[in-house]
Formats: sequence, C-alpha cells, structure tokens
Amino acid sequence: MTKEKRELAHRAVTAAIPTAWDYAPAPEARDIAKIQERYGLFIGGKFVEPKSGERYTTIDPAREEPLAEVAQAGKADVDRAVRAARKAFANGWSTLRPNERAKYLFRIARLLQERSREFAVLESINGGKPIRESRDVDVPLAAAHFFYYAGWADKLEYAFPNRKPRPIGVAGQIIPWNFPLLMLAWKIAPALAAGNTVVLKPAETTPLSALLFCDVLRQADLPPGVVNIITGDGRTGAELVSHPDVNKIAFTGSTEVGKAIQKTLAGTGKRLTLELGGKAANIIFDDAPLDQAVEGIVNGIYFNQGHVCCAGSRLLVEESIYETVVAKLKRRMSTLRVGDPLDKNTDVGAINSKQQLDKIGSLVQAGIDEGAEIYQPPCKLPERGYWFVPTVFTNVAQSYRIAQEEIFGPVLSVLTFRTPDEAIEKANNTPYGLSAGVWTEKGSRILAMAQKLRAGVVWANTYNRFDPASPFGGYKESGFGREGGRHGLEPYVVLDDA
Amino acid sequence: MTKRLEVQKTYKLYIGGAFPRSESGRTYVAEGANVARASRKDLRDAVRIARQAGAGWSGMTAYNRGQVLYRIAEMMEMRAAELAALCRGAAEVARAVDRMVWYAGWSDKLAQVIGSSNPVAGPYFNFTVPEPTGVTGILAPEPPLLGLISRLAPVIVGGNTAVVVASEAHPLVAIEFAECLATADVPGGVVNILTGLRGELAPQIASHMDVAALDLTGADGDVAELERLGAENVKRIVRGRPDTQSPYEIAAFLELKTVWHPIGM
Repeated sequence: MTKEKRELAHRAVTAAIPTAWDYAPAPEARDIAKIQERYGLFIGGKFVEPKSGERYTTIDPAREEPLAEVAQAGKADVDRAVRAARKAFANGWSTLRPNERAKYLFRIARLLQERSREFAVLESINGGKPIRESRDVDVPLAAAHFFYYAGWADKLEYAFPNRKPRPIGVAGQIIPWNFPLLMLAWKIAPALAAGNTVVLKPAETTPLSALLFCDVLRQADLPPGVVNIITGDGRTGAELVSHPDVNKIAFTGSTEVGKAIQKTLAGTGKRLTLELGGKAANIIFDDAPLDQAVEGIVNGIYFNQGHVCCAGSRLLVEESIYETVVAKLKRRMSTLRVGDPLDKNTDVGAINSKQQLDKIGSLVQAGIDEGAEIYQPPCKLPERGYWFVPTVFTNVAQSYRIAQEEIFGPVLSVLTFRTPDEAIEKANNTPYGLSAGVWTEKGSRILAMAQKLRAGVVWANTYNRFDPASPFGGYKESGFGREGGRHGLEPYVVLDDA
Repeated sequence: MTKRLEVQKTYKLYIGGAFPRSESGRTYVAEGANVARASRKDLRDAVRIARQAGAGWSGMTAYNRGQVLYRIAEMMEMRAAELAALCRGAAEVARAVDRMVWYAGWSDKLAQVIGSSNPVAGPYFNFTVPEPTGVTGILAPEPPLLGLISRLAPVIVGGNTAVVVASEAHPLVAIEFAECLATADVPGGVVNILTGLRGELAPQIASHMDVAALDLTGADGDVAELERLGAENVKRIVRGRPDTQSPYEIAAFLELKTVWHPIGM
C-alpha cells in the first residue's frame, strides 16, 4: 500500500466514529431466579448448617446489593464433605453399572437445559456477566458438557487402549468466579463419568449457581454424597487441598495459587490438574480479513469483561497495518454497550468484585505510569456497581507490566511486529502458555504459526471458542492437564494394566 | 615377556555431544573408577544446551526421529559386551536394546494414537496434536542401564531433550551408553548425561526454571522437597516405574495443543 492509500484508508475508518446507539432498555426478568436469604452447605445430599458457624454475604456486583448469606466452610465442614464423598464412593457410585452412571449425567444435562433461563439470570446477577453471554454461552455449554461426558461413562475402556481405567476416588475441585456454572460442569462431568465422587468449592464471590445446581442434583435423584458443594473463601480451598482423604485435586484459578497447591501436594502422591493464568497473544497479519479480525480482537478481550484466563490480552499487529487496525478497533470499541448485565443489549457487564476492580485499576495506572498511551471510548457507566470501561493501550513495550501480567479485565495491550519470527518470539515470551490467536488468509502460515506458538489452544481466524469435545488447558505456567474431549477423562482415572 | 598395558578410559560427562570433564575439576570414586562429579555449573550448561537443541530435535520429522532412536539401539547392540560388563549383565542389555527399538517405532504413531480430531458443535475444524514439553530432567533409576533407557526413551521419542543424572553408585554404564549416543546421529544436546552426587544435583535440576518436566522415578532422597522445588515453574513431574514401556509413559511428557479454524466457503 502506498503512503497516500494508507492515509486514505486510515481516514476512512476514523472518519465518523459513531457512538453507541441509544437503545431502549431490554431487561431480562430478574424474578425467574429465586434466591434464598441463607444457604447451608450441600453435603450428603442435603443442605446442612456450617459447623464453623461462619457466614458471609454474596452480592450483586452490578448493584452492590447483598443477595444472600452463604456459609464459610471450615476445617470440620470440609472433613464432613470429604467423608460424605468417600462414603458415596464406597457405597455404590464407583461400582454402579456405567450405563446407569451415564443416565444420571444425561439427566443433569437435560435439567440444566430445562432450567437454562433461571441459571442464566442467576449467573448474571451474581457474577455481573451480560445475560447474552450467560444465556448463549455459559449455560448451554455447561449442559453440553454434561451431555458429552455422560456418553463417555460407559465407554471408558475405549478411551484408554490396553488399559483398564478405574476411578481415583474423591476429587476435590476448586473453581473460579469468571464462569461459575461452566467451570462447575467442566469439573464435575468428567469426574462423575469416570466414577469418582466430588467435593466442589465454588469461588467466594459467585456461589449461587452452584447452590442452585444442588437442586438439579436433587431433581436428578443423584445418590447423596456423590456431589458435595461447600462454599467459602481461599481458606476453605486450602483445607480441601490438604485433606488427607482427597485423592485428586483439580484447580482453576491464578498461577500463584496453582503453584502453592502444587507445593502443598508435593510428595503426597495425590493427583493434580491445574488450569491457571494466561497472557495470550492475538496475532494479526497484514493479509488478515481485518473486519473479522477486529471482531475477534473485541471478542478476545472484552468477552466476559476480560475475566477470561485465555483472553487475547496482548494484540500483536503487523506494523504495516497498525494504524488501520487500531483505528478500526477504537471505532468498534465505541459501540460496545457497557452496563446492566441483565439487559439483553449489554456487551460488557459488571466487574466481578471490588477487589478485582481495584486490581484492574492499579495495573492500568501502572500502564499509564510506564508510558503507554491509553484509550477509552466515551462511555456512560451506571452510578452504582463495579465497572471498567473497555480500555486499549498502545505504545506498549514488552517489558511493561500490562504486557507481562494477567490483568483479568477489559484491558488490551497493543504491540507490533515486522516478521513472523518476531511475532512468535514476542508471543512466546511469557511464562504463560494457555492460548493464542492468529489471523491471516494464508493457510500454510496458520499451520506454521499454530505449530510454533507454545500454547494449549490456538484459535486461527477465530477466538474464544469452547466446546466439550475440544480439549482445553495450558503449556508452561498456565498449568497441566486437559479439560474437554477424550483427553479430559485422563485426570479422573487410574490406568491399571489390562 | 612384558605384558601389554591396557589403555584405560577416563569417564567424563556427556554434554552437547561432547565429553567434557566437570568444570569444577572434581571427581568421585564409583565402581573403582574416578568419575566426573558434575557441578551446578555443569548442570546449567547442560540445561542451556538441551534447551537450544530442542527446536532442531522437535522440528525433525517423526520418521527421522524414529530412525535416530533405532540407530541408538544399533550402537547399543554393537557395544553389548561393554555395556553388559558395566550393568547387571547381558539380559539387562538385551531388554534395554529391545526397549529402545520399541520406542523408536512410536515416533510416527504418537500423533495418531494420542492426538484427535474433535467434533465441535459448530462450523470449525478442530484437532489436537501432542507436542514436546521441553527440557526434561531425569534422575535415572536402577538397574543402571535398563532404568536409564526406560525413562529416557519415552522422553526423547516425543521430541523433548533431556538432562539425565546417572545412577550415583553405578554411573559407568551411563557414560558407556553416552558413547552409543555420540555415534548414533543423535544431535548434540538432545541427551546430556551427568554423573555426580544425587544430593547435589537433584535439587538443582528440580528447581531449574528452564527445566519443564521432571522424571523422579530414580529419586531416592527427599521426593517431597524435589516436587516442591519443581512447582516453582509448574513442572510436569513424573514418578513412574523403572522397568516399563507404554505410550502412556511418552504421553506423560507431552503437551496437547488444540487448534481451531472456521469452516466456510
């Protein structure tokens, strides 16, 4: 492209930047989600009062209003839950005919589908994510996950040639707040399919969909103790990790906590899978379909407010198209609608917690202080609640904290490259290795890039796609083990010689 | 008549395809020989070189890598007598050679057996392929040859490079084996073998930030402490069996990469 043409193209995309159109509010009905005032711990098939006697309040981050009192499980509560899981494991679940186990999982999948709107609304109320996402992504994928692994329950021997798979025992599972129900499904479905029993701890800030899920288990008539759900903060998680009668830990969360868990389990022989942080590169070549790529960039970083471990938080743009891409991106950002998670038009919802909002704020301030150039589209935010305007940083150096650390918020850092080798070098220059994106029309280049990127998931000409049949998990300090697909069964079986 | 004096071999380290002494100049006595006592610096050199060798080794075609492993078996067979004299005997060597041949044949079958094509619910082509984890530290278990081969072969056949700490009590066969590697078209740095004191080397290899995976099958010290050190960069840690062969042993040192691409006209 000549310089004049480039300038013309630049002018064309920057010309009239439209602001978000005024839409009439389109709120989803809130009252479909019935929230109790207080919740106990779900142990042995029923809700029980916490022995710890401690409770805390879970809130709606979009309104900063309390929703319910939930239990803070202590050591004795964790022990009680593990005992219930052990009892259920020994008393029939692990030896239940596999096709019967499958049918329980199919039931759970169907019940989630039937009650999908209720779950979607609750998920948005408690977590702050837009109803469009909880309705179209989180809940359907959660149901699909149970449906997928249901089918595996009586076919395990086909997944492990020349081996006899058997369940491990009691699985302790700790999940994050960004996809509460979906992460619950990722954890529970393969564990049960393989014949294990479960003690699951939802994230401190988002316990409500997991507590509603207990009602699905009741409707499915799942034997008591097969799934136990205990709420609480990191202290509860630590008790679960160190409980001597837990055979396997599955954790999704920060790399820092993941390392601490790996250290705690050192020498115990307990099985472990970790799905940790990320700082994914989303790489745009000059021959990419730019309008699609910009959609992919936006979906890559602003999906779920950027509370996504595989978010495309580092944009690597080939230098020759840098101005055009940034201009198109800014224009697209200005049409993002930030606000009420329950409004069907909302693109970006509330930040999950005050703590996370503060963390995003401090990293963004670090970006400004280090010399990056910040852009935020004009945006009217609600007065109450936790909000962060979609943000893009240009003029970012590799060494800046915003290019190195996981922000876990709607904040994108833009870097440039001149050659494919430089793109690879920059993309891989991080301790993380969860995901990456590549945009180009050249097939051979896609495959070469996909090969050289050190990441567990590579999205080519797309981003942030998930499916129960598709294995997901990290390289390097993004963790180990896979969730999804045939490979997602492996963490939940012991393989005996055939 | 004077008896001919035998020419004896100095047992040294095997790093980057060469046989250096320990940079520290230290040795220890094992099996009646002065054996190089690798230092922390030797270990670091070995890891750096193993890391550099990774791209070439993993970038080789699987067919080629399989042939290199087979060539290792050829060289072992040729030196069977020498190897046998330094381990538990001919039977151990025979098993070790056969095991190397068995793993050689896996190189171009792994992706088919371990990988998958994934039927996602949407217009996407989606597949999963195994890839090497990176530099792997191996504390070789006994018996000194079969244990070493049983843990090393599954690591390198998948495209990883290795830094092996040989048996402390029986290190000589490991260096004899290194001579097989040196003549078997194994690119320098793909396998590095250190002799020395486990107590010194094990914590250093477990805590090295450029070591991506750790095979502690041969660890005899404080396994818990080694695993704790390994967690600092989320190492993949394996404690397997010293005498076993299976593709699951290979898979333990592989990452799985899933690639998505839209389908459309």
